[in-house]
Amino acid sequence: MYPTNYKYSQEHEWVALEGQTATIGITDYAQHSLGDVVFVELPKAGAKFSAGQTIGTVESVKAVSEIYSPVSIEVTEVNAALANAPEKINQDPHGAAWLVKGRATNPGEMAKLMDAKAYEAFVAEKEKEAGA
Amino acid sequence: MRYLPKSDAERRAILDELGLASLDDLFASIPEACRLGRPLAVPGPLSEKEIIDYFRARAAENAAGFTSFLGAGVYNHLRTVVADALLQRGEFLTSYTPYQAEISQGTLQAIFEFQTLMCQLTGQEVANASMYDGSTATAEAAMMAVRLTGRRRLVISRALHPEYRQVVETYARDLGLEVAETGFDAKTGQTDLAAAHAATDDATAAVIVQSPNFLGALEPVAQFAEAAQGRGALLVVAIAEAVSLGAVRAPAEADIVAMEAQSLGLAPSFGGPFAGVIATREKFVRQMPGRLAGQATDGEGRRGFVLTLATREQHIRREKATSNICTNQALCALAVTMHLALLGKEGLREMAAQNLAKARYAVEEFEKLPGVRRTFSAPYFNEVTLEFPRSVRMINHELERERIIGPLPLGPFFQEQTKRGLLCVTETHSRQDVDRLVAATRRALESLGVGAREILSSPAER
Amino acid sequence: MAQTKSAAARHVSIGERLLFEKSAPGKRGMELPPLDVPAVDAARALGAEYARDGVEGFPEVSEIEVIRHFTRLSTWNYAIDLGMYPLGSCTMKYNPRVNEFVARLEGLATEHPLQPVELSQGCLRILRALELFLLELTGMDAITLQPCAGAQGEYAGIAMIRAYLASRGNPRKRVLVPDSAHGTNPATAVTAGYEVCNIRSDSTGRIDIAHLAESVDENVAALMVTNPNTLGIFERDIARAAELLHARGALLYMDGANMNALAGVARPGDFGVDVMHMNLHKTFSTPHGGGGPGAGPVAVKKHLEPFLPAPVLVEKPDGTLGWDRNRPHSIGRLRAFYGNFGVLVRALAYALAYGPGMVEATCDAVLNANYIRKKLEDVYELPYEQPCMHEVVFSDARQKKHGVNTMDIAKRLIDYGFHPYTTAFPLIVPGALMIEPTESESREELDRFVEAMRAIAAEAAENPEMVKSAPHSARIGRLDEVGAARKPVLRWSPQ
Repeated sequence: MYPTNYKYSQEHEWVALEGQTATIGITDYAQHSLGDVVFVELPKAGAKFSAGQTIGTVESVKAVSEIYSPVSIEVTEVNAALANAPEKINQDPHGAAWLVKGRATNPGEMAKLMDAKAYEAFVAEKEKEAGA
Repeated sequence: MRYLPKSDAERRAILDELGLASLDDLFASIPEACRLGRPLAVPGPLSEKEIIDYFRARAAENAAGFTSFLGAGVYNHLRTVVADALLQRGEFLTSYTPYQAEISQGTLQAIFEFQTLMCQLTGQEVANASMYDGSTATAEAAMMAVRLTGRRRLVISRALHPEYRQVVETYARDLGLEVAETGFDAKTGQTDLAAAHAATDDATAAVIVQSPNFLGALEPVAQFAEAAQGRGALLVVAIAEAVSLGAVRAPAEADIVAMEAQSLGLAPSFGGPFAGVIATREKFVRQMPGRLAGQATDGEGRRGFVLTLATREQHIRREKATSNICTNQALCALAVTMHLALLGKEGLREMAAQNLAKARYAVEEFEKLPGVRRTFSAPYFNEVTLEFPRSVRMINHELERERIIGPLPLGPFFQEQTKRGLLCVTETHSRQDVDRLVAATRRALESLGVGAREILSSPAER
Repeated sequence: MAQTKSAAARHVSIGERLLFEKSAPGKRGMELPPLDVPAVDAARALGAEYARDGVEGFPEVSEIEVIRHFTRLSTWNYAIDLGMYPLGSCTMKYNPRVNEFVARLEGLATEHPLQPVELSQGCLRILRALELFLLELTGMDAITLQPCAGAQGEYAGIAMIRAYLASRGNPRKRVLVPDSAHGTNPATAVTAGYEVCNIRSDSTGRIDIAHLAESVDENVAALMVTNPNTLGIFERDIARAAELLHARGALLYMDGANMNALAGVARPGDFGVDVMHMNLHKTFSTPHGGGGPGAGPVAVKKHLEPFLPAPVLVEKPDGTLGWDRNRPHSIGRLRAFYGNFGVLVRALAYALAYGPGMVEATCDAVLNANYIRKKLEDVYELPYEQPCMHEVVFSDARQKKHGVNTMDIAKRLIDYGFHPYTTAFPLIVPGALMIEPTESESREELDRFVEAMRAIAAEAAENPEMVKSAPHSARIGRLDEVGAARKPVLRWSPQ
């Protein structure tokens, strides 16, 4: 379910690092709990964020979620296709519906994030709480 | 009590089921120290007849029977029996906000129609389901411009309705926004374009003008839009007299229109309730405050309407909402929708044309009086600033004896303008009303010592 | 959408088209008296730059078509006049018709806000009478009727707190809000320039006083509290909370949304509240009208009086009423003119009808909520077992086991002829069913509601699909809100 080459945050974002380039998205768990996504607000290319800052929002009909950057990043590209097709976030959250790409300005932060296995356990715990 | 549908026996029976001895026991969770422990010291109770008598007595203490020529943000226009009868249907009057779409299609479809009408009137792409009034819509438009531009400075025309400006200033103060005022041209009465342009800098979020402005002058909206947008600011156009849009070009070049819809079918009602409107470009819709109805389909493909883009609102975003407003003025917006449905395209055109004609007739008649002339040269709709040879307050005092409420004295709003009055003439005034006003003003001026000799030295000759 | 052949056999209002779709050139529904002065040409009078030749796309329909259009639309609405509206926190009570009548009287509806004050004494006396009624009801010292609605009243209240604290040297940074609060409270605090800090509820559903005590410091401007709170529970430690705040120089703000539980029984001014707003469209029965207009007066204690929005209604030495505009410490003006006068007229008419007897309405409102609680507590889960006041909050915990949630139950109520209750609020109760009957329901109507709720609970266990796919009897099915939000269509356009 969760790609093993990604790292995950407690706020349900994923990040993939190739060389200096980080790609950020939200996880399948996040899209599922949000429901049908109707709108995505993303930053402009060139914007700089440190880890934990809000880079945008994802909206469903009844809820708004902020997207926190899991790592410090200087954005070089945003996924413009999402503006007209926000449903992609529900369909392919770990692939085509990536949100932003950019230069990871402090790659050391990756070590603080969860790997796929840890995140799956984290999510399982969340689901248990919700079910109780 | 006639509004309470229970007999004492029924109350007793319910208390027994609850195992309570008295109604007082229902409040056991309120500590004794917090209780009132005595009856309220208030008037009443009154029967229906007594209530009507009370309010009739109050109504008689007002200006019933007077002919009024006041405008300045509240306009007297013809309304219909039909719209008011429809409005009082309980299904509209006593329904809640249409969150449950399946049993609220009546209100929702009407809101959708209202939004469409407001777009057509203002020449904008989207309009909301209404705000409190024109003044708060202007303040909300200013805050919307702040969010859209990320800038924190407002440039406000001095010819914006002074009470609108005060409302903007109230909200701006708590948000720490800088407010700069820009003046109007002493000759035309229009906001000074060059000064506004100069006042607009890289930190300016919005330039705010009103058209027709508080002095009655129409503003060249396209030129202000160019000046504001050239600096990366947005142009907010406030409209207090919406009937003008039946004859005056729509402010299509504005980025945000903040309008008061009172004159489209709502009674003056001593200043409220009215219906404000925000209309804007489609690309700004997610930063627009206020409710919105949108089209949707059900499982069988039938068209219906829902409240949409609700994530902008306070009940979901809580501290991150676009505004803290949770009501609109749905019933007022519905009244406007009904009124415009009846008035229609031809009716609005005719109403606006009659306002143009009557205001011009009044100006011509006034300019026959010694020392009275139009103050400003800019084109006007149904409201115009007139210059008098005596204080307007003193003239009005004389007019009141003849049961006329004359032009609004501008002195309280602009210190230097005590001899200027803002006259509003609409289709509700007959020629006879205007003639009576002018004749009474002539007598007032005579009693204030303005005679034929003064005509020779009158400023109107300049 | 084209009318199909079968349309004639269905209800006359099905598929009522938009005004614009019924339009045909040359029709109109309103005629004006003929012009009695010389006509002018708009383009010549205004100049080509300013003139407009009519509004493109405006409807053209006749009078009878307008009557049928809106009458048909009206039949799609639920309304208080049709039946019970158990919406928690909304206080949907009967809206007396005499209030509509008096608000339309010649001499009231016709008055201009800028007409001379000596010709407005009747309007001002109405405002004064309402002010005095509300001050006695709340136990406060001074009041403004200017705010257009509860949210604007809240804004005014918080802005006054800010101005008061600033006048003492420091406006402070934070506003405390209980986690059970209505969403408007935090939104308001932010609009007024404050950070928001949440205060936990304790296991009884009340403010956790210990958490409050440790949260109040010199950076806290105020606590915003609703009392009774959104669980319908009276905050019994309210006076203690006020002491804690006042000891640190902070103020107590009360959201008066739930005054219907207190009117004539307890007064916020007597339990430490410094400033509060009321919702006249709730407690004072002014009609909701599908979402407004409302009115949100704000009452304050003496120390906040200099900060009231300007202008302030005052009695002059000669006994007449007038406006005091010279208010150097005022937070400023909240709207043009003096507030929603027409709404205030209706509220006073309601107040006068009851007089001191308003307490009877309060008793019946609380009686009705407790009756519903008693009749449903064996089938719906009660997350907080404290005695309730004017509203009761259940949760869908038992029905969830069958896959049925609060929204499903609410939608199923439509099939039984009721408006849904408030769902999913307050946030601290997962799957909340928030029910406020008000005093306007007869025992017969309450019993019908109870019967419906019990039947739905049984259906949830036996036939959950029936509940989950509700409503079945509405004239339109569940609408695709997702599609509507993804590609918003917010106005009609010609094809």
